[in-house]
Amino acid sequence: MTDHKMTDLTKGYPAKDYKVIGKPVPLIDSRAKVTGQALYTDDIRLHNPLIIKILRAPCPSANILSVDISAALALSGVKGVLTGADFKNNFGVLSISKDEPAIARDMVRYMGEPVAAVAAENAEIAAHALRLIKVDYEITEGVFNSKEALKPTDHPLHPELNKKNNLHKEILQEFGDLDQGFSDADVVIKKRFRFASINHGFTEPHATQVQIDNKGNITVYSATQVPHYLHMALAEVLEIPEHNIRVIKPHLGGGFGGKSDPFPHEMIAAKFALDLGRNVKIKFDREEVFFSHHGRHQTDLTMKLGYSRKKGITAIDLDTLIDGGAYGSFGIVTTYYNGVLLQGPYKLPNFRFHVQRLYTNKPMCGAMRGHGGVNPRFASEVLLDMACAELDIDPAESRLNMIHKENTLTTNEFRVTSVGLHNGLTEAIKRTKWKEKHGKLPFGTGIGVACGFFISGSALPIHWNKLPASTVRMTIDYDGGVTVYSGAADIGQGSDTMLAQMAAEVLGQPLENIKIISADTRTTPVDLGSYSSRVTFMAGNASRNAAIRMRRILIEAACDLLEMIPPEYDRPDAPDNFFRQGGRKPDFEQGFLGANPDYADGFIIEDGLIRSEKHNASVTYLDAVTKALEFGGILQTSGTYRAPKLGGKFKGAGAGLSPSYSFTAFIVEVTVDPETGFIKVDKATCAHDCGFPLNPLAVRGQIEGCIHMGLGQALMEEMIYDSGATQNPSFLDYKIPSAFEQPEVDIVPAYSDDSEGPFGAKEAGEGILAPVIPAIANAVYDAIGIRLTQLPMRPDRVLSALAKEREKNQEAGT
Amino acid sequence: MKKHAITLTVNGEERDLIVPSNRTLLDALRDDLGYTDTKYGCGTGECGACTILVDGMTTINGCLTLAATMNGKSITTAAGLARNGHLHPVQEAFIENDAIQCGFCTPGMVLKTISLLDENPRPTEAEIRHGLEGNICRCTGYTKIVEAVQDASRRITGSNVSAIGE
Repeated sequence: MTDHKMTDLTKGYPAKDYKVIGKPVPLIDSRAKVTGQALYTDDIRLHNPLIIKILRAPCPSANILSVDISAALALSGVKGVLTGADFKNNFGVLSISKDEPAIARDMVRYMGEPVAAVAAENAEIAAHALRLIKVDYEITEGVFNSKEALKPTDHPLHPELNKKNNLHKEILQEFGDLDQGFSDADVVIKKRFRFASINHGFTEPHATQVQIDNKGNITVYSATQVPHYLHMALAEVLEIPEHNIRVIKPHLGGGFGGKSDPFPHEMIAAKFALDLGRNVKIKFDREEVFFSHHGRHQTDLTMKLGYSRKKGITAIDLDTLIDGGAYGSFGIVTTYYNGVLLQGPYKLPNFRFHVQRLYTNKPMCGAMRGHGGVNPRFASEVLLDMACAELDIDPAESRLNMIHKENTLTTNEFRVTSVGLHNGLTEAIKRTKWKEKHGKLPFGTGIGVACGFFISGSALPIHWNKLPASTVRMTIDYDGGVTVYSGAADIGQGSDTMLAQMAAEVLGQPLENIKIISADTRTTPVDLGSYSSRVTFMAGNASRNAAIRMRRILIEAACDLLEMIPPEYDRPDAPDNFFRQGGRKPDFEQGFLGANPDYADGFIIEDGLIRSEKHNASVTYLDAVTKALEFGGILQTSGTYRAPKLGGKFKGAGAGLSPSYSFTAFIVEVTVDPETGFIKVDKATCAHDCGFPLNPLAVRGQIEGCIHMGLGQALMEEMIYDSGATQNPSFLDYKIPSAFEQPEVDIVPAYSDDSEGPFGAKEAGEGILAPVIPAIANAVYDAIGIRLTQLPMRPDRVLSALAKEREKNQEAGT
Repeated sequence: MKKHAITLTVNGEERDLIVPSNRTLLDALRDDLGYTDTKYGCGTGECGACTILVDGMTTINGCLTLAATMNGKSITTAAGLARNGHLHPVQEAFIENDAIQCGFCTPGMVLKTISLLDENPRPTEAEIRHGLEGNICRCTGYTKIVEAVQDASRRITGSNVSAIGE
């Protein structure tokens, strides 16, 4: 485990005397995973479960005239059949767009939509029963792209919205003075960009199992990133109290946003269990995963960007159509994020965006890693590169000059606090020998740069309430073992390990002494889920705060034993109360509003001892635990996180608000073969400002994983539809990069220390992805002089762009 | 459908079972015998999550193999790699190099690595990457996995692997 890249990551930080934080820690569940002991949802063995299979619509757009389930029900071994008529209430992850039925009623909106479901004694009988269900479809004219969906129609996908077209959400926001911005520019460039829809490609297909007890309580084991939202949706759809439902997320085989909605099959499974009084089980095959999709929106955007030598970017005007597919999912958030995430990493004084999300007869799109920010980022970074080329300015240098300063407000009133991009990009420029390479490499090889910006968790909940965004319960047993209870869902990113690191550091315990119980709605307090890169910042702070409270109890007990006066704390109340302070406008001169509580108390806990630094006296940790247990008999604390009040007062000001933002710079080197059109990414150098890296190994995994996923979207991944029919629902036809395509990766530190993040940390899971793709495109330009504006940058597109370029040159020559 | 009585030796234990002709080895292992450490990822032999070792060091995709064709074969899954409580060196290398994130591809990836190193104990980086092409990992970007394989090679051979690109 020797790696220069790892040790580098904490370079540049003031010396910190941490024992666990900042150290390369393999994920705490690695052993269970490498031996196959880790149980994923489909690995759980319930007693004698019924097997559920779903009948899926064979066409993208139809009226359902009738569903005859009599023959299926009559088949021996079939225990139940559900249709749309069995579900009254729709659901949706956002309370403002609950538009999805568990099973289609009256109308099919995408190919693969559930139209009926069977529960049977085994999979073969269930599959047989599906063939006995007779559905009478009246095929209707579908809408298959965003432009068509804008046209007026008497038959929209969602008649309940009382609209005469298929527009789901439209947002227009304008900040500053656009005309002034463009007239200040030395160059103004406008271009159209198009992006295929892409799939998360998580390796574990969706699966759900439901256990029912003799009182009608159900335990839902499900492959979900959002146990809490699933809990709420189940209660609403099934019309039973939440306390009768327990949701548990077992080990999860990747999510990337694709498991962040409640899903129809989860409703169906729970309904069968309740109706039939039997345990039930459903698992998807890979084809069903592609039919269900929820991936990144197919996007068609036109962006106009103004750039001035002196001022940097002077204005951006963005007009975007995003193809949402059949239902809402996270789409309203996606619509906002397509605009607002352009507010960083550079100063952007004048800005307008117009984004429209359309309903079409295709599988729905929703959240995917880098949510909403990825495609417009491609456009802005490519246009910036074009502007620099036109003005003959170094594109890396130009970016350095535009980065937000620390502690500023953006034009749309995002509070930007810590920024480590300037030093990160500077280092990346140096390490890659950028200046010796850019514009100077031989034809066919090139180098490109791009930067990115992302939220560390959404400051506002998606269901409005005043509860903490994350709460952690912590206990210490009689033997001194610490247990952390958190609703946060470890989806492979390592959040359980992060929670354990918090407790271990504050309580001076070895990591092995910390046990994690997570993502179980019966035993763990609410965390909103693993999306929007919120878990490290929010659940991390909650775990840290619970541990600080626990530490105070232990120190008091130790003082009792040592007959010393316990320390006085600056903020004697709950450490996390501090987060409630703060007005709307941050006053940076007064210091940070929500600066993290310190736990320096004049004591050191290590090696099983609690020692007073001042008096050089100590007691054992276990004696202090026993002493503390005398009062109340249990040792338990809670810690919470809530974001400070942020943002402006205009409509839509809440979108994109985050307690902190991450920043990323990428420099990518490519080889392009002009004969085959094949782009090979040789090397990617990444500087990601995630604040203080809590676990350099985990950060590295996120960076390298984002490069993998960005590479996929850039070069090969695309969902292909023909009149709404999914053409490539398999890993044979939906190609994702293998070990062989992954480039060499160099990770350079990007120093910042976030005063509100837990131990200075910010997000590291998503923001890294977006700049990968334009950095590749800019490197391709450097290599062969063509601008690719459509993703994926397939060889045929490279070749046809080269052919056009040659024609243009020939015409110019004649 | 016709049924077949077969005997499989799984992780050293002899198991008798009756399978219909169309039952895949993956389903037989997971659902009939309870070896849930072998995963279903795609069902088309593309992702490698169902990789298992057969009769020593040959890897196959459990999802593409019919159980009925495997009568008398000896099969190793990730659950059968530890000896006397000690993990296989490849497993240790995967843990210590943090080559595991969500872990769903891990059992297959570990078994593929064991087979790869058996064939070629000191692979170059390019040989490792080619060797793992049939195993999809969506989390790590493969870099830590490649390093884990190099580390495992060192652990197994007790010497340094070839340098990158050799």
